[in-house]
Amino acid sequence: MSRSYGDVVAVDSVTCEIAQGSFVALVGASGSGKSTLLKMVNMLEVPSSGRVLFAGGDVTQQPPAKLRRRIGYVFQGIGLFPHLRVGENIAIGPRLSGEGLPEARIAELLELVELEPDMASRMPDELSGGQRQRVGVARALAIEPELLLMDEPFGALDPITRDALGEKVRELHEKLGLTTIMVTHDMAEALLLADRVLVMDTGEIVADETPEALLVGQGGEIAQGLVAVPRQQAERLAAMEGRLA
Amino acid sequence: MDGFADILFGLGDKLAAHVILAASAIGLGIAVALPLAVWASRSQPVARVALGFASLVQTIPALALLALFFPILLSLRAVFGQGLPTLGFLPALLALALYALLPILRNAVTAQANLDPGVLEAADGVGMTSWQKLRLVEAPLSAPFIMAGIRTASVWTIGAATLSTTIGQPSLGDPIFAGLQTQNWALVLAGCLASAGLALIVDALLGLIERGLARRSKIKWGAGMVAVALGIFGALAYQSGGEDDDTIVIASKQFSEQYILAQLIGSRLEDAGYRVEYRDGLGSAVVHNAVVSSNIDIAIDYTGTIWANQLKRTDNPGREEMYRVIKQWEEGENGVRVLGRLGFENAYAFAMREDRARDLNLTSLEDLVAVAPQLTVGGDPEFFERPEWIGVRDAYGLRFAQQRNFSPTFMYNALTSGEADVISAYTSDGRIAADRLVVLEDPREALPSYDAMVLISPRRADDENLVAALEPLVGAIDVNAMRDANFAVDRSENKLSPKKAAEQLAEVIGL
Repeated sequence: MSRSYGDVVAVDSVTCEIAQGSFVALVGASGSGKSTLLKMVNMLEVPSSGRVLFAGGDVTQQPPAKLRRRIGYVFQGIGLFPHLRVGENIAIGPRLSGEGLPEARIAELLELVELEPDMASRMPDELSGGQRQRVGVARALAIEPELLLMDEPFGALDPITRDALGEKVRELHEKLGLTTIMVTHDMAEALLLADRVLVMDTGEIVADETPEALLVGQGGEIAQGLVAVPRQQAERLAAMEGRLA
Repeated sequence: MDGFADILFGLGDKLAAHVILAASAIGLGIAVALPLAVWASRSQPVARVALGFASLVQTIPALALLALFFPILLSLRAVFGQGLPTLGFLPALLALALYALLPILRNAVTAQANLDPGVLEAADGVGMTSWQKLRLVEAPLSAPFIMAGIRTASVWTIGAATLSTTIGQPSLGDPIFAGLQTQNWALVLAGCLASAGLALIVDALLGLIERGLARRSKIKWGAGMVAVALGIFGALAYQSGGEDDDTIVIASKQFSEQYILAQLIGSRLEDAGYRVEYRDGLGSAVVHNAVVSSNIDIAIDYTGTIWANQLKRTDNPGREEMYRVIKQWEEGENGVRVLGRLGFENAYAFAMREDRARDLNLTSLEDLVAVAPQLTVGGDPEFFERPEWIGVRDAYGLRFAQQRNFSPTFMYNALTSGEADVISAYTSDGRIAADRLVVLEDPREALPSYDAMVLISPRRADDENLVAALEPLVGAIDVNAMRDANFAVDRSENKLSPKKAAEQLAEVIGL
């Protein structure tokens, strides 16, 4: 499928298949088209040509709102509703489908992302950035999604929070049997969390490898350029440690 | 002068009318602005057109906007039929609602434009339909800003509503306009205080609601809403008690003579058992139309005014003929009953100091012609452009040494101080008697006559009881009696209210 804005082609004739249960990372520089590709899955972006099949059907077969209630979505801006309590934010998805969410389930979801259950009654502006993104994840999980989409989910967080939350999401992915697609510009994060890494450049997928294959030098020049950054950082850190020792 | 507290507490019915008018206008403004704002937030061209239009409306002076609705509604009668009111509540409501539009619309559009894009993306991302997004996210987050717009609109509307007096809608502007004309400052002050007080209270209540919405405190905004609702219901209850279709509505234009005559007529009708309501301070152009459409039942108008403004005539057939033609036209074309002339004129005339006229041996405009080249003539700023002046000048061949313009108030001072020898005056002006002036006669009848006459609306034209109650006024008021009454209201010291002056006038003319 493709997506262009006037003359600018953001996603250029991409074809790919994502297996149920996998954790896929979409990596690339800014403007490589990775976010646009992700958003075409839940129809926040509409393909200029081509189509998206989800669970066997074309995503355009149903109203976008209905589709999105089956797909968890976490993004850098978090987007907690500032006028709703934490608990109400988490329960918004089920509420939209007219079901509602029992308090016990809200508490369970908060515990899942390692927050205290009594946080449900707080307002979003009383929370730290890391806590807010945990609530964002809990909100995405509340609908028991078949698919979890994450667009730079930890981009605005400090490194320690970022690392901890990344680990947590990977753990939840295993525990809940999710299918997860995560957009990130950080190759280290992709290598550590995903079991399949798609590298994008100017709208095309230029590499589709496992983390292990990327680490042994496969995937081509652009992918290796991205892998080189954290590797060199690690080597320089090791060298410094060596000098100290 | 009536006690200030009496005046202030006597404004209950005006206050109730003011509250209902302003609340309805703001309500209508909200009802139009909010859907428009939603539409504008989804379409850039709509936003530009809507905001542009609202800003344009805002540049029209409120007084002009109110007046403009008269011809607009008049032309709409072709669509909605003759029953469409052209004066009073409807045009005031429409003009004020239009005026209230801008602040509400602008705040609502700005609030929508400034919503956090992340929050909007999340709303889409969690699967809200566009209606759910509006209801659950956009509306509650914009509410405090929209409320701030409503607050601004309310303060403006309550202030501008005082101007609706001029198109025949009772409001707190009634005492302000009446007081300005008769220089009764207590009346002006009472009207201003009441209107400003109302604006302050409403501002405080809406501010409470705004803060309640911003801090998501249901108690605060709930209490504010309840208080506002109580105020509106109170006004409605007050007014519905006073509504009566049998009430006779008496108009007056914006000068003392009109207020006095309205009171005189009103008191006679009350004695005859009628309920009476006054519409004071109407625009001169509005009064005649209001009588024709029976929005007003009784008005005093002047033959020269109707001759020029309604019949569009510029010739001068003489006093009797002019009256005959007007009476025939009113009764034939409009169904308005011309009860008769009161006996005095409020015409343009030339006045001089009594001693100066005696020294120069002048009694008429004909005598003036010979000495005019040595004299200075004074007039109000428009006088020397008016057909009355041109007519007189050409009829007598008047040539003065100098023409000077004075504001009406200073014209008389100029005469007493000798800066002008002759001035243009109004024949029934109280200052003619007070300043010991003489009015020069007009033997060639070059100045059109302005006979005061009583007009009765088509709705009341056949009410013989009413006619019987007013008949004694016909031919009963001579110009000296009217001048005295006018002066009693206009003078700066020991002034009377129009009501008191009307009582004295009734005694003088033996009624």
